[in-house]
This record gives sequence, C-alpha cells and structure tokens, in this order.
Amino acid sequence: MSARPQPASAVRPYDVERVRRDFPILATRVNGHPLTYLDSAASSQRPRQVLRAIEDYETHSHANVHRGVHTLSQAATGAFEGARERARRFINAASVREVIFVRGTTEGINLVAQSYARPRYRTGDEILISALEHHANIVPWQLVCEQTRCTLKVAPINTRGELDYEAFRRLLSPRTRLVAVAHISNALGTILPVAELIRDAHAQGAVVLIDGAQAAPHTRVDVQALGADFYTFSAHKMYGPTGIGVLYAREALLESMPPWQGGGDMIRTVSFERTTYNELPYRFEAGTPNISGAIGLAAAMDYLESLSLEAVAAHEARLLELATAQVGALPDIELIGTAAHKAAVLSFTMRGVHAHDLGTILDAEGVAVRTGHHCAMPVMTFFNVPATARASFGCYNTEEDVARLVAALQRARGLFG
Amino acid sequence: MDLKDLYRDVILDHNRHPRNFGRLSEENRVAEGHNPLCGDRLTVSLRLDGERIADIRFEGKGCAISTASASLMTEAVKGKPRAEVQTLFQQVHALLTGGAAADAALGKLAALSGVREFPARVKCASLCWHTLNAALERGAAATVSTE
Repeated sequence: MSARPQPASAVRPYDVERVRRDFPILATRVNGHPLTYLDSAASSQRPRQVLRAIEDYETHSHANVHRGVHTLSQAATGAFEGARERARRFINAASVREVIFVRGTTEGINLVAQSYARPRYRTGDEILISALEHHANIVPWQLVCEQTRCTLKVAPINTRGELDYEAFRRLLSPRTRLVAVAHISNALGTILPVAELIRDAHAQGAVVLIDGAQAAPHTRVDVQALGADFYTFSAHKMYGPTGIGVLYAREALLESMPPWQGGGDMIRTVSFERTTYNELPYRFEAGTPNISGAIGLAAAMDYLESLSLEAVAAHEARLLELATAQVGALPDIELIGTAAHKAAVLSFTMRGVHAHDLGTILDAEGVAVRTGHHCAMPVMTFFNVPATARASFGCYNTEEDVARLVAALQRARGLFG
Repeated sequence: MDLKDLYRDVILDHNRHPRNFGRLSEENRVAEGHNPLCGDRLTVSLRLDGERIADIRFEGKGCAISTASASLMTEAVKGKPRAEVQTLFQQVHALLTGGAAADAALGKLAALSGVREFPARVKCASLCWHTLNAALERGAAATVSTE
C-alpha cells in the first residue's frame, strides 16, 4: 500500500534495480569490473523466474509429451501445451493451431521458405526483402530462388538506415508472391512500418513474413492487428532460453502446406504404403520438442508482461536517447543507423579504431557489446564499414551502464591516441 | 589481463603507420586472406627470387592487431629465404597460442606476445601469416580463410 494516495492515472516509476535483482548473472564481475551487459540484441539474460520454471519442470514433471498415459507424461504434455496457449495470448493469435514451436527465428523462416514458398514458386515469381535484413532472412530465400528459379528483390534503405518506402512500393507488383522483412533491424535498431508494408503487400496479393526476433522483447506484437501471414521470433532474445522460438502462421496457410520434416509426433498413422499426418500444429513439429524450452519461453512471456512491455519499451527508449546523445557527442564517433523510429540498438564506429579493438578494450572494462557485421553483411557494405560496435539495451540496463560505456569508449580513444 | 600488454606501443605504431603497405607491381606470388568472423581481409603480394622473398607488401582493412601483425611480418620476412620464413611462422604461431616464450630470434615480432592472453584475437594476428603461407605454397591467386 502506498502511503500517499495517488490518482488512478499515476504510472508507477519503472524500478530497474528491482528488475536487476531478478537476473543473477548481472552480479558477475568481468575482468575486475561489474558486468555492463549491452548485448541483449544478440542474446538477453534470463531472470530467476525463467530459470526456476525450467528447474521446476525438470525436477518434477519431465517425461515425453503426447505419448504416454502415465502421470508424468500427462504433466509434461499439460505444461507444454500450456506454454503454447501462453504464446498464443502473447501474440494474440486466433488459435493454438497457429502456434508452432521451432528452434528459433532462423528455423521459423526456413520452415516457411521450404514448406510454403518452395512448392509454389516458379520462374517469374518474386520474393521481396529489404536491404537491412539479417542473414537469416536473406539466405533461406536465396535457397528457394535457386530451387525454384524465382527471383529475389531487395528494397533499398536510405543513409539513416530506414527502409525506402517509396522504392519498396515500386518493387511490389503482381509478380511479388512473398514479402519477408524484419519488424526491427538487428544491426541498426530501425523499426519498420510493418502494418503498412503488410497492407501494401496484401493489396498486390502477396503473403508477408515478419522476422520478429528483435521486436518481441521491445514491442507488443498483435499478429491479428498487424495482419501478418507469418510472424516468427526467438525466446532467447526476450529473456527466455536458447533453442526455442515460435512460428505463427495463419491457419489457412498452414492447412495448405506440406509437412517440412518427418518423424514422430507429426503423423497420425504410418504404414509402409501410406502415412497420414497429424493435425495442426503438430504436423510441423516432428520429433520430441524442446519441452523445457517452451516452458521457459512461457515463463519469459509471463515475466515481460509482469513488467509491462510498454514500461520496458519506455525505459529502453530513455536509455537509447541518453546513449545516442552521449556516445554521439564523443569525438571521432560515427553513429550507424539514425532512423527516426528506433528501438534499443546503438551501432557505431570510432575513427581509427577497428570495431574488434573497441570490443576488446570495452571488455577489459567489463562492458559487453557486439562487434562485427551482426549477421547483416549487406548492411555493413551499404554503410561502407567492415564492422560496427553495437550496444543494445534490455529491461535491466541502467543509466550507469550508459556512463560505463561512454567511459570505456573514452579509454579506447586515449589508448589509440 | 592488461590492455597495454596487447596494445603495446610497437603495435599501435605499426597500426597507425603500416610498413610495406600496398601492392607490389612486380609480384609473382599473391594470396588473399579472409577472416569471415570479423570481416578482416588482406592481400599479401610478394616477389620470390629463387627461394628468397625479394620483396613483399600487404594491403587490406583490419583491426589494429591484424594490421600491425601484417606490417611486422613484412619487415621480418623481407629478404629471407623460404625455409627461414617457415621456421619464423612456426615460432610466431607458438608465441600466439602460448606454446613458447618470446625468443630473441623473433625480434620486434615478440611485441605480439600479449595476444595469447586474448584468445578471441589470436586469429587476427595469425591471418597474415596464413596468407603469406598460402602465397608461398600455392602460388598465384590463392585464398585462405581462418574459419
């Protein structure tokens, strides 16, 4: 109970210190310094709530799912299917039949490429992506193009790292069968206007896949409001475990798609003459799934919603604004990616200091950033840099983290003269 | 872990002012090195006169460790016979991976000994040597990748 009555509209301030206490790894010291973890865009850390959910499951409920009548098998199945329902609510899918557990975003995209696109497309068909995609949203489509002789088109970006929306619209045509774009760019942090892109693509009769790997931890995703045909994301970038993610797909599309992988769980009956397949979503989940991963993912969704996605996003936006101003004011720093709408990512270079040297110097100060091409080599080529350093923010980062980043960058400048 | 042990003055100097930088016009051996992990690329071109490296240059974009290592390498091997370069390569490799203490024979190359404390950076320092090796072994237009 609050000592002083507050108006109902008062927003409780975001208590980052309380959030930090949920993440045991943040107490780690790195090279004699407190850990300053600014690499959540590569992989976020996990709160106790997620670790505990996985341990509880492994300690008390583990058995294989969908297979046994014994008590543990039923408990495991209940927990696993409960996680699917949790994921459905998180993205507001119409039905759990539309929620497929995959290894992560990469597998989600490959599933759509191989099961949806490959059997349908032929010479003359086009797949349209953007110039800021992660390799995971480029290479699966290149494979489909090699397999089917369809064509890959790439919508350009401008020097701020924003999608050239007019060029995107010009590239859309009745030949465009599928549009695949990131919701938020991993290398630059640019937020794409996905609702508009989906509307335009649908007007030309194309289906749309959204790579939501960077979006799921930073923004509320409502697949029905967006109108997405496919939406995929990974647990480990949203405070859940590695090796698990979700592919959302509209049920009508899934019904028209052949199985991708064959094995146990995805079948109804098997004989050497004829095999019939299981119903949705199991038809796309061959083999024993990552059960504890799904349970961890559900716990991560509970956790994020307990903090409020909106509150987390607002907190991260404040840190990004602070970091953009302070890092951008340092001498010899060039910010790479300065879109008007950005989320939680600050990519930059320092003149005369290669990103890998920056990474090592920052690490010596306990500051963890990603350095390299961020699995987005075409983005690096566009900006004519071999690599950038990327600081990315999560629910547990503080203004102190930004200050440590700035101090470590000053150390790098001093060292290299 | 001391940064000054990695970024010694010799390293910083060779990074800022790389020696033998560019492409030989009268090369008869060339190789390209690529570290796909970090995107570093460099080209080593040399003129082999019998068994002796008569002249050598390198060009490319890379981090301070990779640039300085390549610069130091060109100084160390220029004018040397192949067999001696092979021995030097093995000594440098041992130095980088912690197998040996800095030998007096290494001369300025000993400045790279700090790299062993930074395992993630060993490939940065060894890329130029693998590239030189490819140029010597495979002749014209070889490509080597550290991955």
